[in-house]
Amino acid sequence: MDDLLAQALSLAAATLRVATPLVLAALGGLLSERAGVVDLSLEGKMLMGAFAAGAVAAVTGSPWLGLGAAVAAAVGMSLVHGLASITYHGNQVVSGIAINILAAGLTPTLAVAWFAQAGRTPLLSGDARFGPVHLPGAEAVAGVPGLGPLYAHLLSGHNVLVYGALAAVAGTGWLIYRSRFGLRLRAVGENPAAVDTAGLSVPLLRYQAVMLSGVLCGVAGAYLSTAHGGGFVQGMTAGKGYLAVAALIFGQWRPVGTLIACLVFAFADVLQARLQGVPLPGVGEIPVQFIQMLPYGLTILLLAGFVGRARAPKAIGQPYQKE
Amino acid sequence: MTDQAVTGAWGGAPFKPALLPGWAEALALAGLSIAAALALSAALIAGLGENPVDALGVLFWGAFGYGEAVGYTLYYATNYIFTGLAVAIAFQCGLFNIGAEGQAYLGGLGVALVILALGEVAWPVAALAGILAGAAFGAVWGVIPGALQAYRGSHVVITTIMFNFIATSLMTWLLVDVLIRPGQQAPESLPFAPSTWLPTIDRMAAWVGAELPPSPANLTVFLALVCCLGYWLFVWHTHWGYGLRTVGGSERAAVYAGISPGRMIVLAMALSGGLAGLVAVNDLLGVHHRLILDFPGGAGFVGIAVALIGRAHPGGIVLAAVLFGALQQGGSELAFEYPGIDADLVVVVQGLVILFAGALENLFRPWLRRRRPGRQG
Repeated sequence: MDDLLAQALSLAAATLRVATPLVLAALGGLLSERAGVVDLSLEGKMLMGAFAAGAVAAVTGSPWLGLGAAVAAAVGMSLVHGLASITYHGNQVVSGIAINILAAGLTPTLAVAWFAQAGRTPLLSGDARFGPVHLPGAEAVAGVPGLGPLYAHLLSGHNVLVYGALAAVAGTGWLIYRSRFGLRLRAVGENPAAVDTAGLSVPLLRYQAVMLSGVLCGVAGAYLSTAHGGGFVQGMTAGKGYLAVAALIFGQWRPVGTLIACLVFAFADVLQARLQGVPLPGVGEIPVQFIQMLPYGLTILLLAGFVGRARAPKAIGQPYQKE
Repeated sequence: MTDQAVTGAWGGAPFKPALLPGWAEALALAGLSIAAALALSAALIAGLGENPVDALGVLFWGAFGYGEAVGYTLYYATNYIFTGLAVAIAFQCGLFNIGAEGQAYLGGLGVALVILALGEVAWPVAALAGILAGAAFGAVWGVIPGALQAYRGSHVVITTIMFNFIATSLMTWLLVDVLIRPGQQAPESLPFAPSTWLPTIDRMAAWVGAELPPSPANLTVFLALVCCLGYWLFVWHTHWGYGLRTVGGSERAAVYAGISPGRMIVLAMALSGGLAGLVAVNDLLGVHHRLILDFPGGAGFVGIAVALIGRAHPGGIVLAAVLFGALQQGGSELAFEYPGIDADLVVVVQGLVILFAGALENLFRPWLRRRRPGRQG
């Protein structure tokens, strides 16, 4: 029984760790898309962030400086997206794809030129990474039946960015539903003309949203290279940005829904890693690739209206032009 | 169905090609986009401490300097013509197909299954069967997202991205668990019978007594050119093509003219996927002679750049495909010559070209047109 509980807790904790970058990136996409700017560039921004964090943490030995560099790099990419989609009324989908391809090329190019380690950044030592944070009293209550192990093994012991991601869910929820800025942000994604008529600047609001997306994607990238991993590896986002887009759609552009979708997708990922080569009773061995397909298949079914209905912000993808 | 339902959300194709027979403008926009992308890349090379002019020289030599290099450039260009046409035909219908990569990959499954089933047949038979199978499998992988958009309202942009990932997982499973050559560790299928291999250009030259250096460029180059001609005839000289362009221009107008947007969307995505599937003919029947993991290697995404720069016109697509083929081939030479420069520098150029040509058009256009800035093309 204890063994089973320990296993379940370790599975849940792993899910939380895998979900963290998805949650951060998806929330970034949520803010941008709620303001009416399609953001397919989560993947590229995250990758740039991961590289910047890995590189700066390797050189300075400080994960916090790495985090700052990641945010700066990802916001830089956001500004490119904003320039194309907001200032120049360009196609937002194309801009996002371009940024992803740009980041996929730029990160190994810079890594090879600066570190000469075949597209990686140097392996980070313990101090240059975000280490586990032990919540107060975790060891003391670990033995308490019931909630003790839950607190000690599921909630405690993650790095600070995992907690940051959870806080970001609450923060985003407050921002878009409870703050004045959030009301305007949602309005600009539903009916920019009305916002314009009210005397507010549509481009400014959209730039703010797009830059917030950059901040969150930068943190997600730093998580990959300096918290979850020990350095940047070429292509290390491996489609997580697109998975975050799927989670965002699955979560119906709402923070809590998005969090749940990320947790489900992360759980599928953790499960497939553990089920590799393990035959299940009754069904035999499930090829891991089928579990990997699951999030994408589910998102398509949702979009096609076979399970529920996805309702995007009304003005999404449309450049706004003053008359 | 309203315009909003199909092309509104997430934006449609990045431009409406039907409005742009303006030759000079198209050429100038393409030239400016390429120049801007190359200038930024040169700045990057300079920032990495190398001389950009020398590097460009090495790149050019690596792409066109000797016979074998030209062959490789042509081989890459062949793939890019197929994916460029694939993305372009979807543009004509107002659709943005990001799934050419997955469609090409699935095309490979079709080619491999048919060629392995046929066994030892002469290459003309294999070529015909491979073309049909590759196009059919690619078309299926394009039709599903197309039909989902046409009849269920899910957007092609998102679904084709998802289909790329599903294709990757599906093909990995098939190659690792099902089609793997028995007793082999590497995830690849049984080799095709040598009689089915398409003749390379150098072999064809030898038939007429000419001697060319060996390279992967093969008969498929001509298939790509035939497809360009077919694309041109279809889009501008058939009523199907007219229907496609009408839907791309305005869905409401199409409905008013008695054209069913849903059917046109499905048709466009079928043709798009089919064209992408032909990459497998070049890569598998022409070069690898077996099914291998991830053989499209990003050709589907380069197709986006090719279609944008070529402005969805077959002539432009051929030129753009040769440009990107040259970059791909010259880039490997560059990385070989300069240890500090990675071959992925070429990917930077691709990204920048897509950015300038597809998303930042309005940066240059007012300049060329002297109209009010921000006017959508």
